[in-house]
Amino acid sequence: MAAESKTKYDRQLRIWGEQGQEALEKASICLLNCGPTGSEALKNLVLGGVGSITVVDGTKVEKHDLGNNFMLDEASLLQSKAKCVCAFLQELNDAVKAKFVEASPEALIEGNPLFFSSFTLVIATQLLETSLLKLDKICRQSNVKLLVARSYGLTGLVRISLKEHTVVESKPEHFVDDLRLQSPWPELKEFAKTIDLNEKDPIIHKHTPYVVVLIHIAEKWVDTHGGCLPTTRQEKKEFKDLIKAHMLDIDEENYKEAIESSYKVSIPHEISSQLHQIINDSAVEVNSASSDFWILVAALKEFIENEGAGEPPLEGSLPDMTSLTEFYVSLQKIYQAKAESDCRVMEHRVRTILKRIGREPDSISKSFIKNFCRNARKLTICRYRPIEDELSSPSVSELQKYMTDEEYSFSVSFYILLRAVDRFVANYNRFPGVFDNEIDDDISRLKTIAVGVLGDSGLHGSTLSDDLVNEMCRFGGGEIHAVAAFIGGVASQEAIKLITNQFVPLSGTLVFNGIDQKSQVLAL
Amino acid sequence: MENSFAEQGRWRDIDNLLSRPGNIVGPGFEPSPQLRQEIGEFARVLVVGAGGLGCELLKDLALSGFPNIDVIDMDTIEISNLNRQFLFRLQDVGKSKAEVAAKRVMERVSGVNITPHFCRIEDKEINFYNDFNIIVLGLDSIEARSYINSVACTFLEFDSEDNPIPETIKAMVDGGTEGFKGHARVILPGMTPCFECTIWLFPPQVKYPLCTLAETPRTPAHCIEYAHLIKWSEVHSGKAFDPDDPEHMQWVYTQALKRAELFGIAGVTYSLTQGVVKNIIPAIASTNAIISATCALEALKLVSGCSKTLSNYMTYNGVVGTHIKVADFVRETDCLVCGPGTLIDLDISTTLSQFIEILGQHPKLLVMKSSITHRGTNLYMQSPPILEEMTRPNLHLPLHELMGGVPDDTIHASGMAVRDGKKTSCLRKLRVKFKGLPDGTTEMGTTSVCKELEPDLN
Ligand SMILES: [Zn+2]
Repeated sequence: MAAESKTKYDRQLRIWGEQGQEALEKASICLLNCGPTGSEALKNLVLGGVGSITVVDGTKVEKHDLGNNFMLDEASLLQSKAKCVCAFLQELNDAVKAKFVEASPEALIEGNPLFFSSFTLVIATQLLETSLLKLDKICRQSNVKLLVARSYGLTGLVRISLKEHTVVESKPEHFVDDLRLQSPWPELKEFAKTIDLNEKDPIIHKHTPYVVVLIHIAEKWVDTHGGCLPTTRQEKKEFKDLIKAHMLDIDEENYKEAIESSYKVSIPHEISSQLHQIINDSAVEVNSASSDFWILVAALKEFIENEGAGEPPLEGSLPDMTSLTEFYVSLQKIYQAKAESDCRVMEHRVRTILKRIGREPDSISKSFIKNFCRNARKLTICRYRPIEDELSSPSVSELQKYMTDEEYSFSVSFYILLRAVDRFVANYNRFPGVFDNEIDDDISRLKTIAVGVLGDSGLHGSTLSDDLVNEMCRFGGGEIHAVAAFIGGVASQEAIKLITNQFVPLSGTLVFNGIDQKSQVLAL
Repeated sequence: MENSFAEQGRWRDIDNLLSRPGNIVGPGFEPSPQLRQEIGEFARVLVVGAGGLGCELLKDLALSGFPNIDVIDMDTIEISNLNRQFLFRLQDVGKSKAEVAAKRVMERVSGVNITPHFCRIEDKEINFYNDFNIIVLGLDSIEARSYINSVACTFLEFDSEDNPIPETIKAMVDGGTEGFKGHARVILPGMTPCFECTIWLFPPQVKYPLCTLAETPRTPAHCIEYAHLIKWSEVHSGKAFDPDDPEHMQWVYTQALKRAELFGIAGVTYSLTQGVVKNIIPAIASTNAIISATCALEALKLVSGCSKTLSNYMTYNGVVGTHIKVADFVRETDCLVCGPGTLIDLDISTTLSQFIEILGQHPKLLVMKSSITHRGTNLYMQSPPILEEMTRPNLHLPLHELMGGVPDDTIHASGMAVRDGKKTSCLRKLRVKFKGLPDGTTEMGTTSVCKELEPDLN
């Protein structure tokens, strides 16, 4: 990477690294409708350095566009909106290829579905239900990721639609270290033995890493407890007391760390339920059409059932802990060596599987396998139902739960009302509340339609708050800049996660609640 | 001035919110087609910081119908800002962030007036901040937030029953981000927790014990901090380390690498060296956009009442899925900053210089080198030199006399305090009460100010 790009992108490279940046620079993004929501979403991605953008919009700039879109100015009036927005976006980063198509997204969806197949990701903003459902089918057929973003008055939503998104580097924030204190392997035990817990030299005593302290004390415990590690609350407390009894001084940081980490010896010797689900997914029966990810999962399953004896490959990293440099570096090497040896076993299994399914045995790189092993405990899979499925048969039990949960009631009501608005538009060819003198009529019309949406969603007899129906009409279909910036911001955040294949994208539909900011993700 | 004919329809979407009644709105919401224009005439917004959040905030506020905005930032533009601070271009590097940001937004959004202030927040008179209806904070440091918070809290007055007087509440909206995470909050001093009430939300910065750096380094960061904090001063006697000097950084990197090799520690890189030494917080455009938008929307709601406001702390976390949570924190009733003030009993004979000394030793305050103001009058100023000289004679006068002989009143001290081992500017509200006065004059609520003794400074 060029030195200038490295400096320019420094603050984000610290988040997703050069690999993530490379993925962004390869991505081509298509934006449908460049109102403020779409313009803001693209703005954030252009700044981050995506490969190319294509802005699709068939409208001309009107006066009201100047009141909510920063990517337009007075000189843009009456010109193609796509062209003007595209030009201002290009100014932000000349490394990005910016193009525009002056056409209505609806017309492209109807008349030219192939148009979408060349993109990595389509961001559809302000699209009504009928067009969206068609677009979703098109994108799924051509394996293009779809992000849906909508701003509407003080509400809005963001959702993702694609068949499957697999993540190796999910980078969760709080994840327990992979130390294997409940089942230390021979080399680790051997090393622990070289350090005496009854060491008289106070410097050594207070610089014995807690990993060593815990292995020693766990061994002692097991000897006096019929081969079992502490499990009950009482036992865990006694275990801590046993650690405390080994302290020479109450200020020994390493022993404090040992007490804090003592729960790690009691972590059950089994894989997480999430990982269990992944290795038992039907996709693990791989064939020549399987993705590299699933081939690795197939190898992982074999590893866990054989060499791993119930555990995935060791991660191989050691958190910092009070210790002499010498002890710490030796421990680090022991963890690394075990991780490398696990990785070699995995590699062998991967090559064998590739041969079996008729693929080139070297077609998956060693670095990919290594990275997979390092993250094996954190693998994540996101699958999304086709939007049509959700709309025609949402999870009624979830909906009912949301309707009765005070924390969710605004968000779920907005979700229903946004659908009702689309039906309203289909009936009246305009948004509810656009004319001051028809607001009262629109309120009762929208209410009737919303009752219909509720019924179709399996919520017969449920009602929505009149205040919210009223709010919906008050918005008059407006796109408020701050709301659009929020929705566009979330959309670009999710786009980055989808493109870099790092972190975990939004799992359901995020419904923005601009009234009290209690936005929620609905899983329907 | 806004030309209403040319503006016809431009603000259609925001006007829907401001002109139409609703049932889920803020207190005192009076919808009318003129509301946006009225807000434009009376509302002055201050944006503190013109960085990642600040750029977004200026855009968001300008497009939320605020035509009068000020922005203050002492920083100049760097290349590493360009991945998110979208108002800046490569050719702007080295220029004032506040000035360039203000110019760019005014060029794009006609009719908006943004006044930049290219200076430190401490350089402004306290009263500068009183001119704004709302202060929006887009900062990345705890110290700066704490300072602005204390300034906003000084304007807060309490009635005789210790209830905050609504007209004196200076609303603040604060945002912050780190990577894929961020927060937005509304602070109404006296009503909701102030920044200081919930200071525990900001964990102290990671610091390594010196003995670890010197004797038992284990991580690349230990090697870097050794080179930065210990080795530098050993070798460069008297020369201060400048994190912005690439040669200095290169030196620390080389030394850290040597030390890492000596101890068999892997992973020291130039980028990590910069990150550790400058305590770089990763930052991206999208998170800043999300948080700023939340702050701007709350600012609009606070000023117009067009919807309920956030009560009072929102967090966004996009690391694993997307999680947005709202927490309703409660105020610390005995907060040093947003409470009625720390009570200090004094003899009527206590001089101003004795009083300043007391503040330095007071266990709750520990404010050193205080400048003292009473009801907007400078009693003693440590700087600038001209003010110091003018106020110096007051040091030997009894405070009781300087305060106009009132039995008790609020007084403000601004000075230096130590937080996390670092010296920071702070502003404290104190409630001074004089002992030994004749009965009947010590009742609370006496606020008459005797102007004759006011030093002639203005
Ligand atoms: Zn407070």
